[in-house]
Amino acid sequence: MIDKALKGDTRYWIWLAFLLGVMTLGGLSYVQQFKYGLGYTGMSRDVSWGVYIAQFTFLVGVAAGGVMLVLPYYLHDFKAFGRITVLGEFMAIAAVSMCLMFILADLGQPARVLNVILHPTPNSMLFWDMIVLNGYLFLNIICGWVILNAEAKEVPPPKWVKPFVYISIPWAISIHTVTAFLYAGLPGRHFWLTAIMAPRFLASAFAAGPALLLICAMAMKKYANFDPGEKAVNKLCTIISYAAIANFFFIGLEFFTAYYSNIPGHMHTLDYLFFGLEGHDNLVPFMRFSMVLGLIATIAIMVPAVRRNDRYLVITCAALFLALWIDKGVGLVLGGFVPNPLEYITEYVPTFGELMITAGIWATGFFILTILYKVALAVDRQIHG
Amino acid sequence: MDIKRRKFLKLAGLSAVAGIGAPSAFNMLLRGEVSASEGKPSGHGGGEGHGAASTTKYRYGIVIDVRKFASIKGLAGKCIKACHTIHNVPNYGNKKDEIKWVWVESYEHAFPEHSQYKRNERLHKLPILTMCNHCDNPPCVRACPTQATFKNKENGIIMMDYHRCIGCRFCMAACPYGARSFNWRNPREKDSQGRYRFLERINPDYPCRMRGVVEKCTLCVERIDRGQIPACVEATGNTGAMIFGDLNDPNSEISRVLRETFTIQRKPAVGTHPSLFYII
Repeated sequence: MIDKALKGDTRYWIWLAFLLGVMTLGGLSYVQQFKYGLGYTGMSRDVSWGVYIAQFTFLVGVAAGGVMLVLPYYLHDFKAFGRITVLGEFMAIAAVSMCLMFILADLGQPARVLNVILHPTPNSMLFWDMIVLNGYLFLNIICGWVILNAEAKEVPPPKWVKPFVYISIPWAISIHTVTAFLYAGLPGRHFWLTAIMAPRFLASAFAAGPALLLICAMAMKKYANFDPGEKAVNKLCTIISYAAIANFFFIGLEFFTAYYSNIPGHMHTLDYLFFGLEGHDNLVPFMRFSMVLGLIATIAIMVPAVRRNDRYLVITCAALFLALWIDKGVGLVLGGFVPNPLEYITEYVPTFGELMITAGIWATGFFILTILYKVALAVDRQIHG
Repeated sequence: MDIKRRKFLKLAGLSAVAGIGAPSAFNMLLRGEVSASEGKPSGHGGGEGHGAASTTKYRYGIVIDVRKFASIKGLAGKCIKACHTIHNVPNYGNKKDEIKWVWVESYEHAFPEHSQYKRNERLHKLPILTMCNHCDNPPCVRACPTQATFKNKENGIIMMDYHRCIGCRFCMAACPYGARSFNWRNPREKDSQGRYRFLERINPDYPCRMRGVVEKCTLCVERIDRGQIPACVEATGNTGAMIFGDLNDPNSEISRVLRETFTIQRKPAVGTHPSLFYII
């Protein structure tokens, strides 16, 4: 079936060539990092996780977001998602692949990664994260690929795949819950030590994932003559808006707890992210921009006129995705390290090479996504003409 | 304990006697633990910061008398030098690559949760020697996905396996004391003349790390195994600035000092049960 990805127009090949170019630059940068060590990045003793782990965290959300299509389609028999559910599953595959690459890029000794399996440690949340992420990748490959294969052959999907579909639904929740546990269980990191970390992660995931999916679907509508269907688009918008509202509600709760309790440790990071702490404020413009942009986009996506206009819809979804990316893919992880446990403030700025590796991994993810979507599109065209 | 719970426990005890209840409740009554637990603080506010008796055979700890470090100039520097030389800790001369096992911290940074308001001048100039706390309940060990950092079952020391560490730095995020360092680059890097750039010399008795692994103070476990005391403690000589010993032994000097002197610990509220104590 993969052969369907080998036929495409010029635009398709230019897009793939562009992605390959970015991947190459990222790969070359990674060789540099591999030779020198992680000092190649902007990370330090005080900010010991940087843009890689932040991307990983955000992308787990994008992967989990796919369940917002699988769940209505398979559990509630919401037929309108029939044509795009496989897009959700394929997006999950691409996103989890990126997650695994970001983790690998962040390891000081990547060659030893199998130690996590050779010396299984159930008390470590990272061990469980490894299990749920790989499991989710496996589930989505099975569900997405087998069902699409059946569609291509115009036969009903095999019965044995159904249990995997149903397991994949709570499994999607688990990947983001366990990822939240990486942060929410650490003593002495006040910003992360919050019981609503997992719900916050899920809310932003269920907004960001479907938003990216909608952007992709709209791009395919414009360039590849694929129609996701008005009903499906409308439903997705509703899902995105509820999730985005929940996300901002949760952020509001964090602010209340910190500032009403007036406990310095709980306020410090929020101060640093949104107002500046002792003159250190390099993330303030980003975080404020993220809040304003995200709130505007959340309101916009509820407006029927926006939903009906493809161009406005794509802009709105892109704005929301960017806002959520800044909040989680930048602020959440980096902010947790400021101030450090001894209340020193060390700011982190990624290096050029680090950003190249990051771009390279994103490009690899989009490469996987493009190939998978191309196959899905070819099958869709075969069925719907 | 309220009436209901007392009643419940009695019932549980009776049913245990009758052979239908939980054996644990029966054992509790037998050992008289029920009455013994009454009236003790629950430890929510850090009341159990010093920690209950450890499950390891020995539990090594250090009492650091900060007053001595304040009065004897250069003593802290001697401790740091001794430790970093013996353990091949590289000196990069910049904060980004920095690796440190033991270092001097100011009072407000070592004890950030203590009030600084109108504290006397002496306090703010105190050199607080800081290192791994060798917690009895270590968050870093909990976080490590490969058991590369682990608690020694014999003596409670939090150790590192540099050959197993994958360099995920989860332990660094988990440590509430900032005690862990990462090898951001090759510590054994040589210059054009073949000299180590970041190490004065290499002590062949202790492994030199490679890039990409986490390291920290090991309480000189390799010296303790040979019957020696930690290098930093040895460097204080007979000043009494550091007292090293077994916290599990009620007759050890450290246990006596802890009984007789008021000491504090870093962040008792996070429940890590550090094995380091400070006399301020």
